[in-house]
Amino acid sequence: MFITRKIEFSASHVCANPALPEEENRRLFGDAANPYGHGHNYVVEVTLEGDPDPVNGMVLDLKELKTILNREVVDRFDHRFLNKEVPPFDRIVPTVENIAIEIWNRILPSLSRPPAKLHSVRVYETPDLYVDYFGEAA
Amino acid sequence: MIRVTRRYEFSASHRLHAPGLTDEENHRLYGKCNNPFGHGHNYVLEVSVRGVVDPQSGRAVDPAALDQLVHDKVVRAFNHKNLNEQIEAFEHVVPTSENLGLLIHKRLEQGWTGMFPGPWPRLEKVRIAETPRNIFEVNGNHES
Repeated sequence: MFITRKIEFSASHVCANPALPEEENRRLFGDAANPYGHGHNYVVEVTLEGDPDPVNGMVLDLKELKTILNREVVDRFDHRFLNKEVPPFDRIVPTVENIAIEIWNRILPSLSRPPAKLHSVRVYETPDLYVDYFGEAA
Repeated sequence: MIRVTRRYEFSASHRLHAPGLTDEENHRLYGKCNNPFGHGHNYVLEVSVRGVVDPQSGRAVDPAALDQLVHDKVVRAFNHKNLNEQIEAFEHVVPTSENLGLLIHKRLEQGWTGMFPGPWPRLEKVRIAETPRNIFEVNGNHES
């Protein structure tokens, strides 16, 4: 069984690789390379896989999941400029792909105990663009 | 490996009518979708791509390139068209959303290597919503 919890955060970013010249970043990322940054309301869906516990009927206590997601994601990312305030995005480009991978890596240690296993992280940058990450193995 | 999905919209009209069946049978089979004057939908298309995140760009697919392909092969071809009358593939095939999904998948596959010549990204899935309640998905390995 899959169980999904949704969180949101609002943040700004610049899509530019600091190792590349500005012209190259402009070519690669277009308007998203604007050095002053721009923002999105990100929506994150975290999906766990597991069977309901026979005693409490839950895959994972959703309060616990909420606490983990707030601690690892919302508190760090919400109302921040990702490139300037949220490592590792000072070194790697905060594309929606890399944001999904970073969220996965941050929450995985808290969500790798049985019976609930982290299945996927979906990040919407806008309603028209989202990514799904299933971990390194997939 | 990561899956990137992009959402597009187009509006088109169609009529569900199987040429091999009588008018009565068609009416029984398709109900109001068989109305001889046709009717339309705002189709919502989601194109899912599987790829590897490039370490330099942080991206698995260039969204501008994907947009160009989808606009050329699908949105511009179908938007504000009558699918039965103006899309050759539907001359003898009923433009149900099943068939529309398969056609869109095929058209994207045909243009794929021209736009993305490398091993990645690959087209993983096409999802078409005829209305918010009727949704059709076509995965990579379909027979058509």
